[in-house]
Amino acid sequence: MQFGIFTVGDVTPDPTTGRTPTEAERIKAMVAIALKAEEVGLDVFATGEHHNPPFVPSSPTTMLGYIAAQTQKLILSTSTTLITTNDPVKIAEDFAMLQHLADGRVDLMMGRGNTGPVYPWFGQDIREGINLAIENYALLRRLWREDVVDWEGKFRTALQGFTSTPRPLDDVPPFVWHGSIRSPEIAEQAAYYGDGFFHNNIFWPADHTKRMVELYRARYAHYGHGTPEQAIVGLGGQVFMRKNSQDAVREFRPYFDNAPVYGHGPSLEDFTDQTPLTVGTPGQVIEKTLKFREYAGDYQRQLFLLDHAGLPLKTVLEQLDLLGEEVVPVLRKEFAVGRPADVPDAPTHPSLLAQKEAKEVVA
Amino acid sequence: MKLVVVSAGLSVPSSTRLLADRLAQAVQRQTAVDVEVVELRDLAVEIAHNFTNGFAGGKLAAALEAVTDADGLIVVTPVFSASYSGLFKSFFDVLDQEALAGKPVLIAATGGSARHSLVLEHALRPLFSYLRAVVVPTAVYAASEDWGAQGLPGRIERAAGELASLMTGLSAPASPSGPAGTAKADETAKADQADETAKADQAGFTVVPFAEQLAALAGR
Repeated sequence: MQFGIFTVGDVTPDPTTGRTPTEAERIKAMVAIALKAEEVGLDVFATGEHHNPPFVPSSPTTMLGYIAAQTQKLILSTSTTLITTNDPVKIAEDFAMLQHLADGRVDLMMGRGNTGPVYPWFGQDIREGINLAIENYALLRRLWREDVVDWEGKFRTALQGFTSTPRPLDDVPPFVWHGSIRSPEIAEQAAYYGDGFFHNNIFWPADHTKRMVELYRARYAHYGHGTPEQAIVGLGGQVFMRKNSQDAVREFRPYFDNAPVYGHGPSLEDFTDQTPLTVGTPGQVIEKTLKFREYAGDYQRQLFLLDHAGLPLKTVLEQLDLLGEEVVPVLRKEFAVGRPADVPDAPTHPSLLAQKEAKEVVA
Repeated sequence: MKLVVVSAGLSVPSSTRLLADRLAQAVQRQTAVDVEVVELRDLAVEIAHNFTNGFAGGKLAAALEAVTDADGLIVVTPVFSASYSGLFKSFFDVLDQEALAGKPVLIAATGGSARHSLVLEHALRPLFSYLRAVVVPTAVYAASEDWGAQGLPGRIERAAGELASLMTGLSAPASPSGPAGTAKADETAKADQADETAKADQAGFTVVPFAEQLAALAGR
């Protein structure tokens, strides 16, 4: 099972000091957080993609390429890559390039984006969101799998005799996750292709996540990729930890109360009660995270959101120490207990390459 | 059949709830219905949080489900600033947009004077038309003075009768064993069911198979 972190990349004033980091500080902080993730033994770093303030990560492959150069093991991913408003041709090229630079330590997560104006800014119509995700991804898959592509669709200029360069590393396209909070069409899309399905899981009650994951698993089996239990599932989570539970609550509360998205809304207590957010000791985080399996089944990837709402870099790095030293080693051990042998790990470049070579031998 | 009453009265006791109860009792006299009352006052905080969180808390989720599953609705709001109250509107803002489609709804309102009675026609009726509900022709307005005058009981009876007829009529094809279940209605119901199962119904979601989604796109 893979453990990692995902970042939204928000530039938010620290509510306890009133200070807002500069964009440069925030971008460098994101890099420092990624490097720390590798240092403490995490498997994955994923960055969001946004095209509006107060967010900085508009160019994920630039950032991931820079991180790739300074890491050895970390898998570089996205949370998410906007399949609706990006040109699928550019996604194909950017991520193939990143694969080569990172020696295959790359996968990505498709998402539609929920910021209305981004669609018109990139020449698209939000009402076509699902259709854009379907058509653009169908093209992206072909660009990675066929050397020469002739293509005609509704949303993009036709292609005649087009070759996306560079070709994917070892002719193995990056593994793709599809992220969706509430659209069954996307769970269906992920199931159809046998791709991974990631539920952000952090803003909604567990029951909702459960239903979406069940749908994906059932449809994954329907399309003949394996049993429902073998489908590739990822979940988000959100934590803030201190050695002492009360310290964690006291320190995190001002950040929670002023956070983008849910700040000035529910109380910290209600939100921890109703969603996967855990504010407390590493032990409490372990306890709550292990429960995710009860509603999502044995799954492949757990990403935590740590660095948002104006939390200072120093605090986030301390969180990463706790996560790497005290939480993840226990989670690895506990999640392995009772996990059926035929539940696969999340595909990686080496595993996909081995699969391809095995197929070629048979052929 | 299930009748759900949504009352947006704020005081306890409230004349909005009083009107709601009168209407519900009148419907019960006309046809057999189970009545469930949703008091929005008790859900005010969860409704506000639904706007900021994006999801419904436990009590609100139960109320939304009750409304969605109802065979008919009675909705009653006090008149605030020449329209329905903000709380009343907020409840229908967090309700799924499709939840009321085809559902019979009786609209009613209370106010301090009869001068606001057309709020039913210029605010409530368009709201429920937009939500594609079947709004009963008679809307019931009760001003303070109506509680001591003649006429209100007659309007309540007429509106309740209209709602009862619509509920009976509209819910008949879906329950073939019911009194209106002719052989033809049975067949229609069976065909509807077959259509439903053709779409993959999974984990409470209706799923259009992916190949159909792709094909729909290619055909445009």
